[in-house]
Amino acid sequence: MIAHNLVALPVVLPLLAAAVAVLLPPGRKPWLLATGIAWLVFAASLALALRALGGEVLSYPMGGWEPPWGIEYRLDAANALLMVLIGAVAAAVFPFAGPSVKRELGEEKSPLFYAALLLFLAGQLGIAVTGDAFNVFVFLEISSLASYTLVASGKDRKALTAAFSYLIIGTVGATFYLIGIGLLYALTGTLNMADLAARIPEVAETRAAHTAFAFIVVGLCMKIALFPLHLWLPNAYTYAPSAVTALLAASSTKVAVYLLIRFVYGIFGADFSYREMPLAWLLIPLAVVGLLSTSLVAIGQNKVKRMLAYSSVAQIGYMVLGIGMASSLGLAAALLHVFNHALMKGALFMALGALVYRVGTSRLHQWRGIGRRMPWTMAAFVAAGLSLIGVPLTVGFVSKWYLVLAAIELGFWPIVAVIVIGSLLAVIYIGRVIEVAWFEKGESDERCEAPLSLLIPTWVLVIANFWFGIDTRLTVGLAELAAQSLGGTP
Amino acid sequence: MSHHLILRVVAKFLIPLILVYGLYVHFHGEVSPGGGFQAGVLVASAFILHALIFGLNKTRPIARPGVLKAIAAGGVLLYGGTGVAGMLFGGEFLHYGVLAADPVKGQHLGIILIELGVLFTVASVMLLIFYAFAGRQKPEAQ
Repeated sequence: MIAHNLVALPVVLPLLAAAVAVLLPPGRKPWLLATGIAWLVFAASLALALRALGGEVLSYPMGGWEPPWGIEYRLDAANALLMVLIGAVAAAVFPFAGPSVKRELGEEKSPLFYAALLLFLAGQLGIAVTGDAFNVFVFLEISSLASYTLVASGKDRKALTAAFSYLIIGTVGATFYLIGIGLLYALTGTLNMADLAARIPEVAETRAAHTAFAFIVVGLCMKIALFPLHLWLPNAYTYAPSAVTALLAASSTKVAVYLLIRFVYGIFGADFSYREMPLAWLLIPLAVVGLLSTSLVAIGQNKVKRMLAYSSVAQIGYMVLGIGMASSLGLAAALLHVFNHALMKGALFMALGALVYRVGTSRLHQWRGIGRRMPWTMAAFVAAGLSLIGVPLTVGFVSKWYLVLAAIELGFWPIVAVIVIGSLLAVIYIGRVIEVAWFEKGESDERCEAPLSLLIPTWVLVIANFWFGIDTRLTVGLAELAAQSLGGTP
Repeated sequence: MSHHLILRVVAKFLIPLILVYGLYVHFHGEVSPGGGFQAGVLVASAFILHALIFGLNKTRPIARPGVLKAIAAGGVLLYGGTGVAGMLFGGEFLHYGVLAADPVKGQHLGIILIELGVLFTVASVMLLIFYAFAGRQKPEAQ
């Protein structure tokens, strides 16, 4: 029974656990439940990924209705990579959330908070695993609505306005996506992704197909926070509770990137996206401008959390760059960076959360000498920062390496220069933090390390940054398999 | 508005009818327009009418926010539990055909149960939202 339903369990478990969490009394219990569920989900997604790595495509008819009429859950290498990513991030962030959220928000609302966190997880996993275009919209709304409430739960009152602008832009994005799906449904009469992919070539020359493509791509780019549609992101990340920021930064935009890849390559097909429609001319310039400009903006930030948020927008530029290259290698590089960036940003935001736990603020000038007071926490931040820059032996290096290879393969030398400049800008903004934290003198040298319950999950992700930077079999294997199965070149 | 005699009498007459109509929309939703969501809104509207006529302070003890929250979660669990039952009986999640010996009966049973879950959740969440907005203007009522 479990083997048969394994594809559905990662979605069903957090969905039901969210309802159970609401019924639990305030305190530690909702957190323990959420953490247990996150670990179960991670185990299930690993088991699924191993089967996908063997080249198997799992199809699950939801409710017993056969595809293409019913909703199909379909797991191939691309979904499997994403599921492992979401599962791993949740398994690391949920234990971290307990002490961090208790310090930042208190415990009286904890049943509702963890219910929202579990709903967010269910929505993300649902998008990852479903093979139905409308079902994607439903899960997109579940995870987005949960993330609006999670952002709004931040203790700063500005969290409310941040959540509100996130809500407006997120809803516009979701509506655009829905309009696109509606047009496709009117054209082809199907919502199943595989079926859509088979039927779109017949109608590829129609104006409605072009409009649908435009709506879906722009809608998803809003969710991705691609420059210049990124303005919701810095505030949402800055004012959300630390654990929520780590979860959002590590999975939310990544899932949207995956969706863009799925639609551009898997459903519309690279031929339609890059020959019929000028997608490369849209994605590559925006990615380059976004990458450079938001990296520059990140350098000027006084709040470390805001700086990392801008850096997230810049990193999204790398992924979109890989998508825009329209080659197998570029696509593999984009998928790799989706996974690897989640690891590094997850680790960075968790280290930041651990620092905020003691210091109380992420304002840089109050971090003077913090390296001496919290050496292990700050070391985690530095190690994850090195990964963000792309130092060899870290995951950041692996995905940038593949991206550079993809650019060289196509002869895009200016892009190679952009990637290198982007990395150098990352050296500057991470370097600023390191300088203040380690080389400036603080008021006291008293040790005040973050508690182990925060340090262990953070370091687990930091070590994962190095592990997958050295042993790239799982990530590169899945990414290349996914790029092949999606069909890279137009 | 409790001083309006006509409104009070009519409301007392209407509220049970609205509740029954809500249940009708629910159970008939399987074969005609309607279903758990619409039924839930109708059930909630009966309570909202009560609150409008007799005041929030009279309605709140009848449908207490804490209880409503539990019902909202219970509705989700009923929906999901029906789905899980489909798995336990050897089908897929939300496969109602396996719930009874006769697959058609199973489909009837499944759809009624999940829509009942929707009814519970929609009705109680509607009321909770109404409480949140209506209670805002009178902080002393909390």
